[in-house]
Amino acid sequence: MQTNFTAEQLADPHVATSEKILRKCVHCGFCTATCPTYVTLGNELDSPRGRIYLIKDMLENGRPADAEVVTHIDRCLSCLSCTTTCPSGVDYMHLVDHARMHIEATYRRPFWNRLTRNILAAVLPYPGRFRLALKAAALGRPFAGVLKRFKPLEPFGAMLDLAPRSLPKASGDAGPGTHPAAGPRRGRVAILSGCAQPVLKPEINAATIRLLTRLGVEVVAPTGEVCCGSLVHHMGREEQALEAARRNVDVWLGEIEKGGLDAIIITASGCGTTIKDYGFMLRLDPAYADKAARVSALAKDITEYLTTLDLPQQEARGLTVAYHSACSMQHGQKITMAPKVLLKKAGFAVRDPAEGHLCCGSAGTYNILQPEISGKLKARKVRNIEATKPDIIATGNIGCITQIATGTAIPILHTVELIDWAYGGTKPAVLS
Amino acid sequence: MDQIGFLEPRPAVLSRRREIVADLLDLLPEGCLVHEPRELVPFETDAFVSYRRLPLAVALPETTAQVAAVLKYCHRYGVPVVPRGAGTSLSGGAIPQEDAVVVGLSKMARILEVDFANRTATVQAGVTNLAISDAVSADGYFYAPDPSSQLACTIGGNIGMNSGGAHCLKYGVTTNNLLGVKLVLIDGTIVELGGKALDAGGLDLLGVVCGGEGQLGIVTEATVRLIARPEGARPVLFGFDTSEAAGACVADVIGSGIIPVAIEFMDKPAIEICEAFAKAGYPMDVEALLIVEVEGSEAEMEAMLAGIIEIARRHGVKVVKESQSATEAALIWKGRKSAFGATGRIADYICMDGTVPLGQLPFVLRGTAEIVEKYGLRVANVFHAGDGNMHPLILFNANDPEDAARAEAAGNDILRLCVDAGGCLTGEHGVGIEKRDLMRHQYADVDLAQQMAVRAAFDPQWLLNPSKVFPLEGRPAA
Repeated sequence: MQTNFTAEQLADPHVATSEKILRKCVHCGFCTATCPTYVTLGNELDSPRGRIYLIKDMLENGRPADAEVVTHIDRCLSCLSCTTTCPSGVDYMHLVDHARMHIEATYRRPFWNRLTRNILAAVLPYPGRFRLALKAAALGRPFAGVLKRFKPLEPFGAMLDLAPRSLPKASGDAGPGTHPAAGPRRGRVAILSGCAQPVLKPEINAATIRLLTRLGVEVVAPTGEVCCGSLVHHMGREEQALEAARRNVDVWLGEIEKGGLDAIIITASGCGTTIKDYGFMLRLDPAYADKAARVSALAKDITEYLTTLDLPQQEARGLTVAYHSACSMQHGQKITMAPKVLLKKAGFAVRDPAEGHLCCGSAGTYNILQPEISGKLKARKVRNIEATKPDIIATGNIGCITQIATGTAIPILHTVELIDWAYGGTKPAVLS
Repeated sequence: MDQIGFLEPRPAVLSRRREIVADLLDLLPEGCLVHEPRELVPFETDAFVSYRRLPLAVALPETTAQVAAVLKYCHRYGVPVVPRGAGTSLSGGAIPQEDAVVVGLSKMARILEVDFANRTATVQAGVTNLAISDAVSADGYFYAPDPSSQLACTIGGNIGMNSGGAHCLKYGVTTNNLLGVKLVLIDGTIVELGGKALDAGGLDLLGVVCGGEGQLGIVTEATVRLIARPEGARPVLFGFDTSEAAGACVADVIGSGIIPVAIEFMDKPAIEICEAFAKAGYPMDVEALLIVEVEGSEAEMEAMLAGIIEIARRHGVKVVKESQSATEAALIWKGRKSAFGATGRIADYICMDGTVPLGQLPFVLRGTAEIVEKYGLRVANVFHAGDGNMHPLILFNANDPEDAARAEAAGNDILRLCVDAGGCLTGEHGVGIEKRDLMRHQYADVDLAQQMAVRAAFDPQWLLNPSKVFPLEGRPAA
């Protein structure tokens, strides 16, 4: 597409990057078809092509964001389905990231919206605060219905709905420290502890560490790590996100110096997408650009890493697994086959639900900030999953697990929990 | 690009903008009218992105009754209407104008009925082309016309442009697969044309409406034929040393009476673009490639293929490569169908859509190369060779106005060449705004006058998509 930027505008490296992205778009419209919000709302303004055009118009005119643009950008799940579809290679992810930064810098949100986002940014990335908040939510649950009747308070109602009825105990198995390989060591990796996941499902990293150490891999859970930053990154709070990225880069480079790392293992694909992008996010920081690129190159989803270990074929277990590919897995990281190959090798019958490219509506904090669209996508996702008549649902992202679990009675697990079980680990508790 | 003019906006409409918006808000449910100036910008163009005009408002009705109410209103107050499906038109068919209300069908995207006994599907106009095939594939059926944009384009838009696609060589284009429509006329009258049978009594108005480019009414529902999927299907790649040899081979295959499902052509630049995107395993050491798809039982496919290979050998075919798996076949088609978009990775482009008699393919391919070279531009050819439906993609730099003007001029020369070779301006993309001013090159005034008379019979005030198809000068007075 033709663009109209002045040389002065292009001196801003963010604008220069966005201009290059916009130039690749040929406005063919393919992306509309696989966009969850366009499919749900039927309005081009809520499609990638519409958003690209809104962003282009805003940036070209050097305008502050306005309520209309914010509405349509906020409705974007950042599922990146459009980037899988786009034949022209438009890097929508970095374009919408830039738009969100621009919104955060130039637009004052209405009070309740501001408050909700401030709370989310102040609580979710911190496991201690998050745990406390979830305990409080248990008390607040009876008020969810009342909150949802008042539009600006809907997100609070959604939060209460999503909060689990009881919290698992923090798992000692996955705490900071070094978990030595059982038997001869064939590798050494770091594992991202994460922020919300260890509070909601500590068993995921516990299973990962058990599995990897059993397979001869030393796993270190470094101290000093923080949330990967994706949560605030998707809110356009870039300084906060970059601060988190820098801290993690320092921690992991420290580990590399101590004993070398074959990979940084991530068990939440949402975090994986962001950590793999650290190199881009910190490209303008001369002190960190190279270090961040190094970290991004080492970041691996657990299923990517397991594929390199060449696990043996196991006997059939007579269990059908519907594999739900998280958007951050299939669109963000383009990992599509590895999890299914692993599950099949582990002895499960694997089903691909229809419309697998569509988001479940979780999308980070989307199910809290956009409960209506999120609810529709959840219902559609659950319908497609249940149509495959599975015994178990497997996926690779904590957000999807939480979202889908509130819509179906079929047990949903992280892929690695099933792999761990199939290769000598304990049976996941929900299956007993 | 600004060589193609639009009608001057009607001052009486522009001056009433606020009232029109207020009235339309009353006619439509919440969230079904876009009217904030900044929100209108994304609707200013379609996939013919060189031309852009802001609309007055965008209506996104949810029912046929709402479409009728909007048209009735626009008819009463003389407000132009531009219908829009998915906005994937390559000829600018959905580009609005300043005094027009866009009526978008994107919220009407439900499949209403699948009738396997009669092999028909009835769908709302905003359903995408591919969604029809997806809905019936588990039962062994598909909807045959397959424009490359089938993932996104809507059946309503397909009807407007009488769209084709790779597999239309055997199964025909939209008009051959359309059985009935629900049509809203400009005065709000709702009529049904055709039904579930292959023919209906009386005048073939369905045939008139299919390809009407949104100027005769707005289709809100369509009944289409479903085709049983063949036992097997296999795309085979044929590589040649020259484009002319590949073109001549196509003419001989069709001339011999063999009708494969599809014969697609790609020249070297197109092969490189598509291979980079799809990694389909196209041969890279050839100047031109044919994708020939045969279908049927194993024996039928073998027999047809043997006949084609024999002809290809006479034209010095260099590589013959059969797809070895369903995945490989899917990648071959993915690359072909993404060709236009994938071209966006290397340059801006405009896509031509001329159709020529098959015997003229080598001549027109050579002529196209000469024209593009004369303008100092590059071209990639990727098209439905079996139908003689050519799609030269002229590559240029949209940020360079002179380059853009050269590309447009080269495109016009190519289309004139197609007409002069005994072909026509459009095979499947429609005339839209892009080829409007070339219509006089194709038709004598007396022929055009008859077409305009038919058009005016449906819409005497020329309110529906008024800047398109017919040259602005010499129109009958409304």
